[in-house]
Amino acid sequence: MDIALTTSLGVEFDRVEKRFGALLALRKVTLRIAPGEFVALFGPNGSGKTTLLRMAALLVRPSAGRVTHLGAEGRGAGEIRGQIGLVGHKALVYDELTARENLGFFARLYGVSRPAERISRVLDAVGLRQRADDVAGVFSRGMRQRLAIARALITEPRLLLFDEPATGLDRQGRDWLDRTLDGLHDAGATVIVSTHDDSLAALAARSVHLDAGRVVRDTAASAVPLAPEARR
Amino acid sequence: MNLPRSAGAVLAKELRIELRTRDLTHTVLFFVLMVAGLFSFAFSPTADESRRILPGLIWMAFFFAGTLMLQLCFVREQANDTLAALRLAPIDPFAILLGKLLANFLFLAAAEIVFVPVFSVFYNVSVLPVLGRLILVLFLGTFGLAVVGTVFSAMTAQARMRELLLPMLLLPVLAPVLIAGVEATGELLVPHPSLAREWVSMLAGFDVIFLTATWLLSGFLVEE
Repeated sequence: MDIALTTSLGVEFDRVEKRFGALLALRKVTLRIAPGEFVALFGPNGSGKTTLLRMAALLVRPSAGRVTHLGAEGRGAGEIRGQIGLVGHKALVYDELTARENLGFFARLYGVSRPAERISRVLDAVGLRQRADDVAGVFSRGMRQRLAIARALITEPRLLLFDEPATGLDRQGRDWLDRTLDGLHDAGATVIVSTHDDSLAALAARSVHLDAGRVVRDTAASAVPLAPEARR
Repeated sequence: MNLPRSAGAVLAKELRIELRTRDLTHTVLFFVLMVAGLFSFAFSPTADESRRILPGLIWMAFFFAGTLMLQLCFVREQANDTLAALRLAPIDPFAILLGKLLANFLFLAAAEIVFVPVFSVFYNVSVLPVLGRLILVLFLGTFGLAVVGTVFSAMTAQARMRELLLPMLLLPVLAPVLIAGVEATGELLVPHPSLAREWVSMLAGFDVIFLTATWLLSGFLVEE
């Protein structure tokens, strides 16, 4: 992946709880993901993976406990959010706009310098250059996922969050996704992926298993090889 | 990124999507044309009756057209969870609301530009002698409708029964705008028209108060 990323951003959850009405989605979750780590989140549906990712993206506030971004101490929520790339269940793009227009809009919001050049590079990186001027509404699931990743990369994020990115992808799409995630990690980003897909577990150096809002298993953090940027 | 630039980006995006899909344009044009036509044929009012009922009819038509339009304002952002993408951007949350409310204002104003002449013809009431003052009244009232409508659209976007909830919430809150708008418009359609300064001041005051409240509460309105 020909996308250079700056120093990465980690995230720490300290006895975090999240309540949606009567439902307790997260229960005293304590988890430290260091800058440069590649972590796979596993767990059955409703185990709290999406809530945890959206909390890491500062889109959901904890009902109790604290979320801290490592490497961004003292910075405001707005500034931290600008350094996070989120690829969600949905594509987070506008069906009515073309791929280029979608990226142009988000580049403008993020104040990306030389946006046309950045858009071209990101479109090349995700293999969408040929379809750049087609509206996103006509894209297949795999192409939408590529566009979603392009949107997340338009800002040169330091923390990348992927929420079940392999859902609905065919074999070829999954292979592409594996290579992309691996490339992003090698480029220096912290990558957190929620998944049911065991092939992603092979890529991630660390697996965290959630069940009913609790961390029930976390592979040894000490064995985690950090990304090149974080090792410096 | 500064507020005008980010609000401008959101506004440009809204206009581009609408120009491409024309969802709101078709809905509003059809609705207002139906109201103008049906009421004209149902009542066949005299010139005097037209002057009395036209202000109320215009404002009620634009209010309900506005609620139809405003329903889609934040619901559109839910289809692909694009509101999350907007919230992730390092911009003032007010920029999201400001861009959307300006877009809603422009859409409603465009509908009014088309339909005030249509109402004028259907009800045989000339608005040309008071056009400048009528534009002022419509501008202030429509801006109030756009501000409050955008805020309530954001608040109800994730609610069940939001199609019913939005007009039910908007009607009482917008009552001062509707009353002031009808009264100020009515004063312009009588044989010796004048600008009702107290009603116009009320419209302007409403706009300033609700725009300020929107700015102050924007963080909560756009958050989770």
